[in-house]
Amino acid sequence: MWGIEVIFKGKNFLRLLGGLGTALEISATAVLISIPLGIILGVLMAGKNPVIKAILRVYLDFIRIMPQLVLLFLVFFGTTKAWGWDLSGEVSSVIVFSMWGAAEMSDLVRGSLAAIPKHQYESAQSLGFTPIQTKMYIIIPQTIRRLIPLSINLITRMIKTTSLVLMIGVVEVLKVSQQIIEANRMTAPDAAFGVYLFVFVLYFIACFIPSIFARKLEKKWS
Amino acid sequence: MSELLEVKHLTKRFGDSSVLEDINITVKKGEVVVILGPSGCGKSTLLRCINALEDIQGGEILIDGENIVRSPKTSDIMSKVGMVFQSYDLFPHLNVIDNITLAPRKVQKRPKAEAEEEARELLKRVGLSGREKSLPRELSGGQKQRVAIVRALIMHPELLLFDEVTAALDPEMVREVLEVILDLAKQGRTMMIVTHEMQFAKAIADRVIMIDSGTIVEEAPPEQFFTAPASERAKQFLSTFTYENVR
Repeated sequence: MWGIEVIFKGKNFLRLLGGLGTALEISATAVLISIPLGIILGVLMAGKNPVIKAILRVYLDFIRIMPQLVLLFLVFFGTTKAWGWDLSGEVSSVIVFSMWGAAEMSDLVRGSLAAIPKHQYESAQSLGFTPIQTKMYIIIPQTIRRLIPLSINLITRMIKTTSLVLMIGVVEVLKVSQQIIEANRMTAPDAAFGVYLFVFVLYFIACFIPSIFARKLEKKWS
Repeated sequence: MSELLEVKHLTKRFGDSSVLEDINITVKKGEVVVILGPSGCGKSTLLRCINALEDIQGGEILIDGENIVRSPKTSDIMSKVGMVFQSYDLFPHLNVIDNITLAPRKVQKRPKAEAEEEARELLKRVGLSGREKSLPRELSGGQKQRVAIVRALIMHPELLLFDEVTAALDPEMVREVLEVILDLAKQGRTMMIVTHEMQFAKAIADRVIMIDSGTIVEEAPPEQFFTAPASERAKQFLSTFTYENVR
């Protein structure tokens, strides 16, 4: 029915999971790079140096304005044309998602730091905490509590956006489904529905698990 | 009695606008000084200067004879001063007992067990036994403010500063906080209190200082200040708290 049987034909099921694996691998690598980088950039953005702040602001806005697909084309095709770099689709994807994730993460960190009331610093100072102690015991723990649900949300957005990387030739879950649908065009013309339904379920599971986790933490800490 | 706090010719400016101009105050050990004045007159800024939260543009602030600004040991001197703020400012991620014991443990390096024991005693004294594990968001405003007072007390400050500590509270919670402060006065603590609660000021003050537009306009014992103020400005200020001349 609806071509769902196609999913279980041959190695199709494993291929689809493999495609999801590729998508998750790209997002996981980008997360591992962009979160620490974003934290550093966010702290700098919350800092006092106006030059650094202006540069980071321009960077953030640039990444935000550009559609992710354009960024992917720019890195994958653009660098080859301009400098003769031969980056694979996967590497280009990781670069783009890391740049994007770091920009978004830095803004989350900046926002979370800015949301800590000035009075938290003052009451800490009046109790005799040094600036370093204040950050360690009072500011950072509160910032992390605000950040964890927000960064999980960012991670699920990254997972979803990996569906674009098929455009630069990365064989991820959506590309695999297209291949399966093409191959079964004659025997199961309605396979598109079943296969894409299955892809939907896969994306849903991959994003829902971190979302529940985020909601639990949010409830615990809000 | 010896002088615990001496403020000499204090001047504070924000940019070009002068907030405090040539303020001179001495507070002896065990004295309770209430500071009154209209909103924006500089009374909160004065407390913030004494707690070294603001830089000053002129004059000196001495605690036990030591200058709080120029001394290399500012933090040692500042440990003699505790401050309670209008908005409580408990640390939202820590429960009551951790809010209170974090500073004694990390700043004064006191053992955890000893700090917690004292915290429990103080909590009992302010009527909050059994709330040790509560988070700040689970407490009422009055309860939060009492925890904030305990958090300042556990550092054993010689001078306590209260900055409009009841201004953000619902009327029925004001009393529970003021009673804690009255109890502290009975213990002979040295305090400077900024408040808008006139009845409370009358009851607790050894001396009343009225500030207007950044200068001291009157300094008198409470009996005299509230019944026969010398300055026109004080008379006018006090009349805003009664409604006799509205009729």
